[in-house]
Amino acid sequence: MNFSEVFKQSNQLCRVSPDGKYLATCVQYRLVVRDVNTLQILHLYTCLDQIVHMEWSSDSLFILCAMYKRGLVQVWSLEQPDWYCKIDEGSIGLVSSRWSPDGRHILNTTEFHLRVTVWSLCTKAVSYIKYPKACQKGIDFSRDGCYMALAERRDCRDYVSVFVCDDWHLLRHFETETQDLAGVEWSPNGCVLAVWDSCLEYKVLLYSLDGRLLSTFSAYEWSLGIKSLAWSPSSQFLAIGSYDGKVRILNHITWKKVTEFDHPASINNTKAVVYKEVERKPVVGSADLSIQQHITMGSTLFNTQSKYEICPLPVQVPVVKPDLDRANPKVGVSSMAFSSDNRYLATKNDNMACVVWVWDMQRLGLLAVLEQTSAVRCFQWDPRRPRLALCTGNAKLYLWSPAGCVSVQVPAEGGFQVQSVTWHCSGDSLILLGKEQLCLCYMEVGEEEEEDDDVK
Amino acid sequence: MGVFMHLCRTTNQILSKSGYRMSSLRQYSQSSVLPLPMTRNPYTMPTISAFCTEDNVSECISYINREVSSLGFPLLCTESNNGPELNLVAVLNNVYNLLQLHRRCLQTVEDIEVEQVKSNSNMDYLQLSNTRLKDQLELSKRENTGLLERERQLQLKVKSLHNCLKNEKEEVQKLQSIIASRATQYNHDMKRKEREFGKLKERLNQLLIDKKDKKQTFEVLNYVGRSDGKRSLWKTGKTEARHEGEMYKTLLNDYDSRHKDLLMENAELKKVLQQMKRDMVTILSPRKPSQSGEKHDDSLEQTSSEEDEVCDSSRESLELSCEHAREQLTNSIRQQWRRLKSHVERLDSQASLVGERANMNAIPKEVHEEEMDRLKLEIQQYKDFIHTQQQLLQQQLNSPCDDETASLLNDCYMQEEKERLKEDWKSFEEKRKNFEAERRNFTEAAIRLSHERKAFEEDRATWLKHQFLNLTPFGDQMKPQMSKSQSALSGWAESEVRPMSTPAKLNKSLSHTAFSTSRASPAKTPSTADLYRTHRLIPEKRYPTHDLDIHNRSKLQSIHIHGR
Repeated sequence: MNFSEVFKQSNQLCRVSPDGKYLATCVQYRLVVRDVNTLQILHLYTCLDQIVHMEWSSDSLFILCAMYKRGLVQVWSLEQPDWYCKIDEGSIGLVSSRWSPDGRHILNTTEFHLRVTVWSLCTKAVSYIKYPKACQKGIDFSRDGCYMALAERRDCRDYVSVFVCDDWHLLRHFETETQDLAGVEWSPNGCVLAVWDSCLEYKVLLYSLDGRLLSTFSAYEWSLGIKSLAWSPSSQFLAIGSYDGKVRILNHITWKKVTEFDHPASINNTKAVVYKEVERKPVVGSADLSIQQHITMGSTLFNTQSKYEICPLPVQVPVVKPDLDRANPKVGVSSMAFSSDNRYLATKNDNMACVVWVWDMQRLGLLAVLEQTSAVRCFQWDPRRPRLALCTGNAKLYLWSPAGCVSVQVPAEGGFQVQSVTWHCSGDSLILLGKEQLCLCYMEVGEEEEEDDDVK
Repeated sequence: MGVFMHLCRTTNQILSKSGYRMSSLRQYSQSSVLPLPMTRNPYTMPTISAFCTEDNVSECISYINREVSSLGFPLLCTESNNGPELNLVAVLNNVYNLLQLHRRCLQTVEDIEVEQVKSNSNMDYLQLSNTRLKDQLELSKRENTGLLERERQLQLKVKSLHNCLKNEKEEVQKLQSIIASRATQYNHDMKRKEREFGKLKERLNQLLIDKKDKKQTFEVLNYVGRSDGKRSLWKTGKTEARHEGEMYKTLLNDYDSRHKDLLMENAELKKVLQQMKRDMVTILSPRKPSQSGEKHDDSLEQTSSEEDEVCDSSRESLELSCEHAREQLTNSIRQQWRRLKSHVERLDSQASLVGERANMNAIPKEVHEEEMDRLKLEIQQYKDFIHTQQQLLQQQLNSPCDDETASLLNDCYMQEEKERLKEDWKSFEEKRKNFEAERRNFTEAAIRLSHERKAFEEDRATWLKHQFLNLTPFGDQMKPQMSKSQSALSGWAESEVRPMSTPAKLNKSLSHTAFSTSRASPAKTPSTADLYRTHRLIPEKRYPTHDLDIHNRSKLQSIHIHGR
């Protein structure tokens, strides 16, 4: 594993182009485009204000930079650095901006979600979509880029509009039986749209592409409901994480619950392997150390070595009881991710923020439990292999694969704390984002065998 | 003597009234010296001859003296010189004393009798009360047990009610916490909405106050082509129908693929079931000779199952999705499974019997040996099977060496396809490269055009400057030239305007523009040098040209051309 040197970035804006060749980062109001392998700066663009959102177009030819305060969106071309495009929303304000899947239209959501403006880079045409809903996930594009689902709210009722991304033709418009729609998500095969209600009501509605209601699922009433939702890459399963700390898996044939994954505080009676991160504090030497050594020791003191130990069952998982008097309490399953080969599901329960649970989807049971020393901030699956990378806000990177688990120290100066982890689309490198810095980690081919050296 | 006899007789008669006194006297008299013949009946007086006769008078007298003296009475006879003489007074006194004594005894007897009666009645009374009290006690004991029983039941009821109460309390608490969390969520959401509403109101106020509304603007150097290179189409009913069609196509494709997957799964599961059935049949068939009781049934069932099997395999090969065949298969499997279960249960019971009886060792051993033989046979069969499979595989691998022509032919076909595919790929690659080049050219041209436009603007600015500086009206000499320049300009303006509508056309015209600068055909876009020349020559025609310029400018304003 090789680590690159540390570069500056701001606002955690760092994206790899969809074709995997370039890396774009934002430093204040500058946009820096580098080559992914050599990390040489290829282009440097200057925007009019601090960039808040940055996105690559789907064909990796354009980059969108949005500055919400000023209501500006600037688009830069990679092929022609002289080319420019500036969209000024004026007094209507800007709340979010994104590309359409064809990479030639920009969708701007105005302030107060008054409307969504579709700007075209090919023609002068401008389209407006009224009454978009301000919710957790109001817009979703299907994976093949053909359709867009938009949540709307009019007259105290929720609707979903399906648009054809080609010419923004309204294909279907139907009302949903939700109290307060919280989000829409297409299945990866683009044929089913999952619509879920806000956390006050546990309800998931499944609509077919042509607007027919296929099924409704509601696990219980009254208690706080759905917190997160994830489709499996083959569209076979829909995982629903809720505030009661359970994940319910629905199958795509009958849309009924196949199984329920619970996150209990004490684990026993499973075939799962429990990995616990154990820190090895370096021994501070005696008083007659020279200053030089003190300095080096100081940096290593921050970076305590750690390794994984396998704990025998039964294991008690540390639980943090949340303050239930506040809204959006820190309970329930907040993040879930399926591996790309559809075989594993990683979940995190906010009660036990230091623990990541990995489930085997073939036998629908718990496979591994990773207990870290601090709260897990982010985890992501390798897009090619069943390999999970996670970070907990310290200077280490953790990797899990079915062969084993490893913790890697990020060799960066000055206390680089990994806040988030993103895989490169080829699965050969990782981008580690700190508060103001970023670092790339290049995996070596044959990485899987190397992982066994720490703990198996 | 006769008097004495007479006295004895009368005493006896008086004494005969009460029987047992006589008996007691009799007993006493029996214990004394004189044995007298007594009759059994206590109430009959013994005759005088029994006690006193002429022979034993003196003895009698002495005896009576003795008795009387012991009683404290005066003696009967005293000793005189003629022998013992009977004292009449003493005798009478003795009799009188005896009578008194007797009366007193009778009195006491009566008293005792009365007392006895009294005590009897007391006892009766006590017995009665005792029985009554016992009954009462019994009753009260029963009542007590009954009450205890009721108390126990009530306590049970109390416990269960406590539990119910606890559950209800927990339920209430849970519901309260749910309500509380929902309330906080509602409050939070409401506050958020209120904040947003407040911001909206502020913004609205702000907009009402400053009338200057910053409109939306869109500035771009030039429009880019679509990523797939196609032109965008007009929105007609046809496109809508096409979209609908495509949508349904996607759905149908998805359903088809799922249907295929399910069919495959079904087929595999059926195969597995059949395999299971066959295995079960083979497991159960060697049991036939060993079972004594169910032999008959087994053989019957075996034949029926074999028939089933035959029927099933033939039917299944024909219609895999036939409901009837499916049901038959599942039924036969269930049958086999039931038999297997009963067989295993039998074995289990046999094993337990073995555990109890020591001399039953012979039978399980037999069974065990049979099992071993059967397993060995099975292993051999499987080994043979694997061997034959290996041989066949080897044959398969080796056969291509013999069948060269067939393999060559196959390769040929594949070769052709491969070649075709390669060609297709090549052409596709070429096309893609061309397209990329074209697109690049287009973008370059667009940028060049924009630069040219900039230059033109500058030129125009300078020309206008010149115009303003050289205000000299001229004659109509240059009219034809003016018309020529006009047409040239209009042609140029048109070619300017056209690209704004369709980028594809722009492509051609711009490329034309790019390449035509060298050619400079008069009907098409003139070069800047030409323009300058014409303008220089006909400065008085600046007004019409100026109008044209304004016309152009208004058309171009919508595009916001800026120098960079």
